[in-house]
Amino acid sequence: MDVLTPRSLEEALRLKAERPEAVPIQGGTDVMVELNFDRARPVALLNLNEVAELRGWSRQDDRVWLGGALSYAEAMEPTLAAALPALAEASRTVGGPQIRNRGTIGGNLGTSSPAGDALPPLLVCGAEVKLASVRGERTVALSDFLVGPKRNVLAEDELILGVSVDAGVSRQTFMKVGPRNAMVIAVVSLALRVDGELRAAFGSAGPVPMLVRSDLDQIGSFPQRVAEAASPIDDVRGTASYRRHALRILTKRALDRCLW
Amino acid sequence: MRIELHVNGEACEADVWEGESLLFALRERLGFPGSKNACEQGECGSCSVLLDGRLVCSCLVLAAQAEGHEVVTVEGLAEDGRLHRVQEAFVAAGAVQCGFCTPGLVVATADLLEHNSDPTDDEIREALSGNLCRCTGYAKIFDAVRLAGA
Amino acid sequence: MSETAVPQLELGRIGEIVPRVDGIPKVTGEFAYSSDLQAAGMLWGHTLRSPHAHARIAGIDVSGAVGMPGVHAVLTHEDVPGAKRYGLEFQDQPVLAYDRVRYFGEPVALVAAEHPEQARRATERIRVQYEPLEPIVDPERATEQDPLHPDRPTMGHGYRDDPRPNVVRSLVIRHGDPDAEGEVSVSGVYDLGIQDQAFLGPESGLAVPDGEGGVDVYVATQWLHVDRDQVAPCLNLRSEQVRIHLAGVGGAFGGREDLSMQLHGALLALHTNRPVKIVYSREESFVGHIHRHPARIWAEHRATRDGKLVNVRVRILLDGGAYASSSSAVTSNAASFACGPYAVDNALIESTCVYTNNPPCGAMRGFGAVQACFAHEAQMDKLAEALDIDPVELRLLNALAPGSTLPTGQQITGSLPVAEVIRRAAELPLPEPEKLPRDPLRLPGGSGNTTRGEGVKRGVGFAVGFKNIGYSEGFDDYTAARVRLHADGSADVHCAAAEVGQGVANVILQVARTELGSDDVTLAPHTTSTVESAGSASASRMTWMASGAVRDACRAALEERERTGGGEVDVERVYRHPRTTPLDPETGQVTGERVHVAYACAAMRVVAEVDVELGLTRVVWIGTAQDVGKAVNPQAVTGQIEGGTAQGLGLALMEEIQTRDGLITNASFTDYLIPTTLDMPPVVSELIEEAEPDAPYGIKGVGEPPTVVSTAAIVAALRAATGRELTRVPVKPDDIVGL
Repeated sequence: MDVLTPRSLEEALRLKAERPEAVPIQGGTDVMVELNFDRARPVALLNLNEVAELRGWSRQDDRVWLGGALSYAEAMEPTLAAALPALAEASRTVGGPQIRNRGTIGGNLGTSSPAGDALPPLLVCGAEVKLASVRGERTVALSDFLVGPKRNVLAEDELILGVSVDAGVSRQTFMKVGPRNAMVIAVVSLALRVDGELRAAFGSAGPVPMLVRSDLDQIGSFPQRVAEAASPIDDVRGTASYRRHALRILTKRALDRCLW
Repeated sequence: MRIELHVNGEACEADVWEGESLLFALRERLGFPGSKNACEQGECGSCSVLLDGRLVCSCLVLAAQAEGHEVVTVEGLAEDGRLHRVQEAFVAAGAVQCGFCTPGLVVATADLLEHNSDPTDDEIREALSGNLCRCTGYAKIFDAVRLAGA
Repeated sequence: MSETAVPQLELGRIGEIVPRVDGIPKVTGEFAYSSDLQAAGMLWGHTLRSPHAHARIAGIDVSGAVGMPGVHAVLTHEDVPGAKRYGLEFQDQPVLAYDRVRYFGEPVALVAAEHPEQARRATERIRVQYEPLEPIVDPERATEQDPLHPDRPTMGHGYRDDPRPNVVRSLVIRHGDPDAEGEVSVSGVYDLGIQDQAFLGPESGLAVPDGEGGVDVYVATQWLHVDRDQVAPCLNLRSEQVRIHLAGVGGAFGGREDLSMQLHGALLALHTNRPVKIVYSREESFVGHIHRHPARIWAEHRATRDGKLVNVRVRILLDGGAYASSSSAVTSNAASFACGPYAVDNALIESTCVYTNNPPCGAMRGFGAVQACFAHEAQMDKLAEALDIDPVELRLLNALAPGSTLPTGQQITGSLPVAEVIRRAAELPLPEPEKLPRDPLRLPGGSGNTTRGEGVKRGVGFAVGFKNIGYSEGFDDYTAARVRLHADGSADVHCAAAEVGQGVANVILQVARTELGSDDVTLAPHTTSTVESAGSASASRMTWMASGAVRDACRAALEERERTGGGEVDVERVYRHPRTTPLDPETGQVTGERVHVAYACAAMRVVAEVDVELGLTRVVWIGTAQDVGKAVNPQAVTGQIEGGTAQGLGLALMEEIQTRDGLITNASFTDYLIPTTLDMPPVVSELIEEAEPDAPYGIKGVGEPPTVVSTAAIVAALRAATGRELTRVPVKPDDIVGL
């Protein structure tokens, strides 16, 4: 196993092009579990901790840029939380403080888990993922980026630079159901954003977190629509029927929160 | 591979296997076994350390990622042979039973009080929600945090 | 409050709050747990485990692993020099599997290498030819299937011999007229999933060869001498050639009563002539130790119209998994406590534990009584409702008291203040409902932010339970202590009582300081090499037993010094609690004075909030009154109550080992959830200090009763909030919602 530690984005992209099999590691909250539990033995690891270009966030008009290395703890800080409240609420549900200090938005995108907590809030905010390689940059809508459980369209020589989201005026919230009151993987989760329309996205209720949109005059039927859009399964964390049921309740409550 | 880092203010170096966690390197190579190996998946907080001043699970940091960085472990909290006030409070409040979670909780509590010297009960609970304890039911741990904050 | 024989003395004596003797090293990180140990030239051991719940082993080929980089030994059953099987009570568990594997994760081969990664990679290269067999996974059908242990190691041991295959133990208690009718009857079926001890310190230890054919094992365990007695025969060594030393224990809760790495580490150390360290991963820990028995309990309670119990009929089925471990005692305890702490003249209780290919089960805090309490307390609430009697009043009306006769025929001769704990718990003032809005952290669902108050209902639950203290059924239960008085007035105490976090090290010192009238007392390392057995740190017995042994040894040492006129004194004494006797194998009735030496009880009141639409919960408040005997260290006693309550909360709400065809599907702290800081409410503890007449200083054990009652009390609160029956734990959101 090799550990590659680039000091700049340019070097990172070059290394990724040379060693496409290298697995990127940022906060380590997913990759290290695979290593520690002996589930993965990558030939090489690409340590992105020293790549300054991936850090931080910035605002331009109604859009906010989130660097791939932005941590959940940073997403909970007041200024950013005011711009992206659902993402901040989602970040507060991630692990404990240690995980929130270390886990990143870029990592959540890269893992592309159906349960990724940052993904529903990003989906309702029209997230566009920026990818880069030595060949150049491209932007992919988050809903197109996610293609299956832990699968995305990232090419083997590409890295995630970050994500751009709509931070225009809206009401939004995030909720996550788990069997205990802290530190859970979502049994099911929901983000809702209300501006000119209704935009809901759910996690852990289908192969990928999924966006459901509707006109404002469809409020009454929206909980049912969201539940029907889901394709949940039974697993160790919950049953399909419970997930569908919970999605209906969560959507109804989220609408109450965002409309009243 | 060889890594160099600072642990508790001292320059250290070690040969590590590339896939090793910072936790393993601290415990098995660098002589700091205080951070504990309870779950190795970031679910229990027993391995909590400060990495460049931020509270993290050392099991989820690749040892190689700590190269050139500052780590503070539970062994680095006492100064000049005097226990850190959080350590004193944990003993006095009866917050220690088997003690396996204690190093992580002591580090997490020291980090909490560093940023918030007078936390509410909710703030204490949330700040320590990443640290599992199987023995105490947490009541005396909360007592210890309040005692150390007072 | 009762009088005890011992006056309150200075700091560090019995009855005082004494800081833990190991407190400072534990907060500084210096305390050496079993996973922290190192030795020069040390190798790392790793265990190859079965991926099948049930399979025949047709062959094992280790050639691919031998000679791998850093590898020093690859061992199979053929390398076990002595007995091929071991066990706490019945020798039914292979050191390494030889003809077949009977559970998922059963050890098959061992590797020692210079780095754990080398050991893991070599383990991967061992080829085991498995021929999968149909696993027995339904305990209700186990007695109709082929025997997992055709040689029937559990038969003919003085228990009722049951001719059906796969019965570990079957017990029937017939008390009074088992057909007696009441005026009112309620019945129910109750289920409990598999709970895990989930101690934080994984199984680990260091085995060091002594160069003369023997071995020293430094390990986290609950009973040093019984480890030695299991290890030595398998290594074909004399017992003095195997020395077991207590390394720091990261929690136990019953899960360290059975062997884990002791034998495997010793085998590798003797084979390589190098120190060998084995540390389980969390995943491995979940498959590497026994669990709490899952159970199905059928119960019928018959009573008079004014609420007096007439007849209790209970059938208990426990799934013991593949090997016996402590199952026979669990079977018996479940039967002993099936009716709860209530007087009933007639009872028919059948308790059966079967072998299956599910995860092996054994000791966990409150064993047998936890399962029984969940059922009998649900039944008492059901009866109260059927009779329209206040549930607390119904419990008081039937409460056991000294002089009462138990279903086993044993009369309670010691202390058992059931009515007192009920009254004191019921009198604790409940917190006012909290106002809305509040931070989601203080609502069901917690940090998940799922409600601002929608769907939230409040319920109050109550439960009472009891449990035996110490070993029972005629087991020779003793503890040794050795005291050395030095010429300079100092003393050291040797006792092999395992300090597992419960604070027995403090107890030993408090007793010794009290008896010797001196503060200059040191506790020597816990080891098999300097003192006789202490028995196990289990069954809430260690405080009582260690206190008795240390008291007797101290008094004998003082007498010896008096007799010899000063100088060095070194005496060892063995303490035994009053003798117990077995149950009659046919009637389940006590054959002497007592089947259990003593009992302790607790009552608990719980306030919970439930989001009835999402099925999420928040336990708001817990108040409990517990019969603790003399509280040797009151701070440690409340610590046991709070911690024991948390484990019961876990079983009530979230903890379950899940399986599919016998394979564990959630072996991690991501999917096996234990309570966090946001799940545990404040616990108000009332200590009822009534002296146990047969115990030193009036002591009782305190560790188990809180775990026995809290699951039952919490589910009662959920029932009150939801109106649902909730007959299975852990309660799932689906059950609350009604899906």
